[in-house]
Amino acid sequence: MRYAETGFNLEIDLTRGSIERVATDPRDTELYLGGLGTNAKILWDRVPPEVDAFSPENLLIFATGLLCGTPATGCNRTIVTTISPQTKLMAFSMMGGFWAPELKYAGYDKVILRGKSPDLVYLWIHNDKVEIRDASHLKGKGANETADLLRAELKEPKAQVASIGLAGENRVFFASIEQGRSSASRGGIGAVMGDKGVKAIVVRGTKDINVARPAEFMELTNEVLNYIKFRNENPIPGVMPILAGLGSPQEMAIHDEKWHTENFMWGNSRHRRRDFWNEEVEKEWTDTMHKARTRLISCYNCPMKCGATISLPGQPTYMMKCFSKLTYTMAAMSNLEFGLKIAQRATEYGVDGFSAPQVMAFALELYENGILSDKDFEGMPEDNEERFLWLLDRIVRREGIGDVLANGTYWAALEIGNGADAFAHNNIKKHEQLPLKLSMLNPIYFLMYCTGEKINITQIEGQFPQAPWATLEEREEFVKDWFQVPDEKFKQILLDWEPRGEKSMPFYPTVDMCCDIVDWQEKMHYIDDALGMCAGLSSFPLKPPYHIHNYPKFISAGTGIEMDEEKLTKAAKRYRTLVRANNIRRGMRRKDEKPPENHWKKRFPELEKELLDTYYKFKGWNNDGIPTPESLHDLGLDYVSEDFFKRGVYETTEGAPSTDTSATSEKN
Amino acid sequence: MWRRQNMKGEKKKKIVKSIRIDVDKCNGCMACEVVCSAFHASPKYSSNNPARSRIRVIRDPIADIYVPVYAGEYAVAECAGRDKYTIDGKEYDECAFCRASCPSRDLFKEPDSGLPLKCDMCSSDPTLEKPLCVQWCLNDALIYEEREEEVEDEPTVDDLEIGLESLANQYGLDKLTDIITRMSASKKG
Repeated sequence: MRYAETGFNLEIDLTRGSIERVATDPRDTELYLGGLGTNAKILWDRVPPEVDAFSPENLLIFATGLLCGTPATGCNRTIVTTISPQTKLMAFSMMGGFWAPELKYAGYDKVILRGKSPDLVYLWIHNDKVEIRDASHLKGKGANETADLLRAELKEPKAQVASIGLAGENRVFFASIEQGRSSASRGGIGAVMGDKGVKAIVVRGTKDINVARPAEFMELTNEVLNYIKFRNENPIPGVMPILAGLGSPQEMAIHDEKWHTENFMWGNSRHRRRDFWNEEVEKEWTDTMHKARTRLISCYNCPMKCGATISLPGQPTYMMKCFSKLTYTMAAMSNLEFGLKIAQRATEYGVDGFSAPQVMAFALELYENGILSDKDFEGMPEDNEERFLWLLDRIVRREGIGDVLANGTYWAALEIGNGADAFAHNNIKKHEQLPLKLSMLNPIYFLMYCTGEKINITQIEGQFPQAPWATLEEREEFVKDWFQVPDEKFKQILLDWEPRGEKSMPFYPTVDMCCDIVDWQEKMHYIDDALGMCAGLSSFPLKPPYHIHNYPKFISAGTGIEMDEEKLTKAAKRYRTLVRANNIRRGMRRKDEKPPENHWKKRFPELEKELLDTYYKFKGWNNDGIPTPESLHDLGLDYVSEDFFKRGVYETTEGAPSTDTSATSEKN
Repeated sequence: MWRRQNMKGEKKKKIVKSIRIDVDKCNGCMACEVVCSAFHASPKYSSNNPARSRIRVIRDPIADIYVPVYAGEYAVAECAGRDKYTIDGKEYDECAFCRASCPSRDLFKEPDSGLPLKCDMCSSDPTLEKPLCVQWCLNDALIYEEREEEVEDEPTVDDLEIGLESLANQYGLDKLTDIITRMSASKKG
């Protein structure tokens, strides 16, 4: 018997209309755990680099995490993996909500889609009964609207639905997959779902998920719940409220937006408004939120309330999470009420809340600067907010200029030409980033921006404080009960870290320390992504309830696979390397690993080179970021180096200039 | 005839266990369902399946409806003419508040056998301080309460006597005696 997992995947060929239930190899679970780990393996085995995002051979994998469906608190993530049309790399966007546990209860660990359906369809998975059904009546419908219609049509109010809106149907490069409470947004995975002709996947499951050592597993879970209670009562002192507690940043609950509105950039990641937040704004925005917010809500089996139901007069109700609260507001230089209003429409269309607002602000900047003309914006209203709504409508329908913009700022700039690329200034690996422009280089963040393959800073940062406390007393207070560290040395690094002077950034933490810190932070995210755990209870916040010391016990008690810290660390490194191998095979190299050029005003080219050189070595990658045959051998991934040799991957790198950290060398 | 002291019955104290539900505090996470199904698995905690849970959250997020309901008695037939309630502008099915395992819905039935499920307040040895759904609800939507109620030790005959008297008034004492005789005969036979 398999524990924690079901041991079965659903393989659906949309071209032929065939459905198979396939048993998986338990040895893969030992090596790659589940979720992202086994997804990376499947993508490596079955999607060679010749296959592009919109090829029928591309796979779209909906995976549950290894511990989804067990009683482990907050373990509810769906990990969607495919090739991104925007970055042309492996995308592994994820969502919380309720869908993954439901799939487990239906008896499957993953749904793997291949081929393309000639007509729009939806999938109905109800325990052993799996059907491909006509969805022509849902064409053009909103993502949440679709979910409601399908639950009614199937008379299954408890079914969970993952669906796309117009953006996905029209293959917008930043289209999301929506699930009501949550969405998998980054990398344009919704476009791949639309390209495959799948409007929605509806799941209902009423079967058991077993755990190997029940009493032990429950004891671990109860410890986690007790620690959550403790942390809720004891926020971290001396940090801003959104970093003090657990969960995703509590954007729906917290009204004080001074930090975001004055430190993040407005417009096309362009303007910093240092004196924006005042009493008047605070009152207006608090009123807006109070009027709009009906309830704070959670994902499956989690006490944190990171989302909210939003109901504005005259608009359908929807559910919002986290920072999309402000991305539209700030891109449009508007207010919170507008942000909440346009986000409703954007959710139904199914677009990413980071990319979409930036693409629209980028378009208007090109217009203001004469790179795009009146002809491109024929029919656009005069009013600023109306313009954003108008642009959103054009983009998701791929009408006129919307067709160009629908490919994101990188590809749109390339197509528009005429200097447009200078306005697509906030991308990493062709993907729009959080609108942040800061003064001095942060060496830890430099490495994370460069090497993060989820290409989103929030999905690699966490655990280690973002800045040192001013006094030694405060730092001592923090490390006192900081048992989550994988090694005592991290405490000393923090104790010695000063805001100013010799032991301050960018030269302290030292290069070697930065490597350790970044590796720890990244590792925790990768473990979460294989287990299906929400980063909000693990890799993202300070002092989380899940950490490297209790995770092996959860895996052992849950699956029956013997696990310890060393074995787990190695497994995480194995599939993390496999993610990179997929991307290396698709052409990703050191030249692509750089933050937006203007992310920091004050740069340190030599230090940056040393950081990347050292980190690559630390990770077992050569100077071009390619995992070396030796390190692959250590991880049992000889099949990767064999492929690399066959494809000549290593040959191309020998001549590559090792000084090219690009971001710095392009700067004058 | 009944002796006087028995007709009154003796007062005795009894602990009534209940779960007070605050629908405004429910965050819809269904942790209550998770831990309930795990606790009632055999062996304990060996499996998890909300469909087997004896507490269910009746949930319609867009309508802002979150009602945790714990399973009560089995009902053979569904109610006729089920009603809708509007509370604070939200429309609830009457069934949203009903604890019965009943033919009108799939709640509180073993998914395999269809047998009815009933909340036992996590009866176990040793007794738990609170039912697990309450312990796992960190948002305090579920509050465990024990209240003492005074109940009469002996079955009271006052009500029976009043009832019989009204029947006798309505149908006549003779007819009533006939029926009772026939009932007791058929029980013996």
